[in-house]
Amino acid sequence: VKRLFKAAWLWLDDRIGISVLLKPAKHIAPQDAKWWYVFGTATMISFIVQVVSGVALAFSYIPSSSQAYETLLFITNDAPFGNFLRGLHYYGASAMILMIGAHMAQTFLFGAYKFPREMTWSTGILLLAFTLGMGFTGQLLRWDQTAAWSVVVAAEQAGRVPLIGDWLAHFILGGNTIGGATLSRFFAIHVFVLPGIMFVFIGLHVWLVMRHGISEPPTAGKPVNPETYRKEYQELLDKSGRPFWPDLAWRDMIFCTGLILAIVLLAFFIGPPALDKPPDPSVLEADPRPDWYLLWYFALLALIPAQIEGYLMILMPVLIGIGLLIIPVLNNKGERAASRRPWAIAVVLLSVITIGSLWVVGQQSPWSPNFAAPPLTAKVIRATSGPVFEGGQLFHDKACLSCHLIQGYGGRRGPDLTYVGDKLTRDNIVIRIVNGGGNMPAFGSSLKPQELDALVAFLESRKRPIRPRDQSPTPRN
Amino acid sequence: MNEGITNHSAVCAETPEALSRRRFLEKLSLGLAGFCATIVGLPLIGFVIAPLFRKVPDQWVTLGKVGDFQVGKTVTVTVIDSSPLPWAGITAKNTVWLRRESDTTFIAFSANCTHLGCPVRWMEGAELFMCPCHGGVYYKDGNVAAGPPPRPLVRYNVRIEDGEVKMNSVVVPITTTL
Repeated sequence: VKRLFKAAWLWLDDRIGISVLLKPAKHIAPQDAKWWYVFGTATMISFIVQVVSGVALAFSYIPSSSQAYETLLFITNDAPFGNFLRGLHYYGASAMILMIGAHMAQTFLFGAYKFPREMTWSTGILLLAFTLGMGFTGQLLRWDQTAAWSVVVAAEQAGRVPLIGDWLAHFILGGNTIGGATLSRFFAIHVFVLPGIMFVFIGLHVWLVMRHGISEPPTAGKPVNPETYRKEYQELLDKSGRPFWPDLAWRDMIFCTGLILAIVLLAFFIGPPALDKPPDPSVLEADPRPDWYLLWYFALLALIPAQIEGYLMILMPVLIGIGLLIIPVLNNKGERAASRRPWAIAVVLLSVITIGSLWVVGQQSPWSPNFAAPPLTAKVIRATSGPVFEGGQLFHDKACLSCHLIQGYGGRRGPDLTYVGDKLTRDNIVIRIVNGGGNMPAFGSSLKPQELDALVAFLESRKRPIRPRDQSPTPRN
Repeated sequence: MNEGITNHSAVCAETPEALSRRRFLEKLSLGLAGFCATIVGLPLIGFVIAPLFRKVPDQWVTLGKVGDFQVGKTVTVTVIDSSPLPWAGITAKNTVWLRRESDTTFIAFSANCTHLGCPVRWMEGAELFMCPCHGGVYYKDGNVAAGPPPRPLVRYNVRIEDGEVKMNSVVVPITTTL
């Protein structure tokens, strides 16, 4: 039987050429390409998880504006393994973005984008852009209230593109408003267009890795010289190269197994993001937020000055993209070791710190009004009747509490007013309320005189409690 | 087999005639490929961008009877897309903020923040519209009170006809600042 199987395999291999097809996996690579080199494979494995879980989800998902939400409810609540599958797709996407970031940082710090691997880097940058596009369109396919409003946000952003902005915005919406044509186009982009392009670019990226070889770990004091590099690299491979499969690939396999385990465990125990309310554009109690991988950009849009926002919103991503694409064109030779390129370390650190900080701020969203702030209690107001009490109630009713904190209650958009009575005089408080200023609306026309008096009385009462020590008489000299 | 290839190569000698013929065939093949791509691609592009050119009838939609709205109050009114696709479902619904200024004056505001389109909420006590996304705030007349919105809330055309308040088609207003 064994002989029969062997004969069958040899026949198939001869006719199909499986061995020839798999031969590139055995290409010779530098033996020092160890754990730092696993992120590329991990990105590809995450992509495969996405393809597999996405295809499975498509068995039940209906990309129709009226039915998608219902099918998602079915997948989440009724279909066997449906909730797990959604989780797999969500954490797979998260893993892919994390791994592509790690792969990019490693490639940059190792100077692996330099000669002759410039185009390997550039195709990788395009893959990063496609991956982010997949992340965004994927969030929209979770066709709930957040998704529907996110389409509007995307259309508004596209609207800022010069000349063709209006056209792009309506292309995204599929018309003048969200409607029947909106979801199906995002489905087509997420399921066919972007993955199709990504298959081509992943193929090209891997082909370029084969063509130019896996870069050897950098050595300080050994700069890249385009005239001699290829010869030196070949000598290195001849001297100490190892076949990628299986001599080096086992590390990739171990790391990817850990990654898959993490994705599976998260999907199983934590599950996918909960579905929001149905995608009804007539319900305005919505608070659209992007998934975590775009939350930093959401924060950036709130923090950049309004005067230059229109330009930055479009120009910044374009400039960052162009900058990343042309890095190897501007700097394709010289030192590769990070120890000799401190600016490279600075760029990576600065990027991580900036994105991380924006992400943290985006989580807190202090610029958003706190619509859910409950009325202040008598204990917080420190009165049960009279103008101070009435002012404390008005502080909630007039939505002051949506933007200001009182003893930890309220919003964080404006200054904390817990002890505003220590900082501002009565006149200053009145002027501020009536005229507004800075980022505060003027309330002069919406407050009756007695309401203003009560509010001012409340705010004047907000003083630090006087401690016994402060009451002691000042010692005389 | 290799011999065969060599012999074949010898037959394809690069004589001027052969080169000229080969160049012609090359151009012919590429031209045909371009032609095929065009006749297949053009309708395809037309199909994909068709929603952009879909004519939505400029209809006046009834928001309610004049007496349904109190002077000085701002309320939401749900309107249905004037010509929704059959599978639009609840996405064919839309909401506008309608404010009755006086006996004869109504203002219909778009519910989309002019910053990035998020849904603004009316805070009755404060007489302000507030946006949950990036903190845009508008006064009751739609003018910007605070935050990043570059322009006031968009107003739709409103008219009173036969005792009913009507407005024309709802669209998502796109802010194009550049």
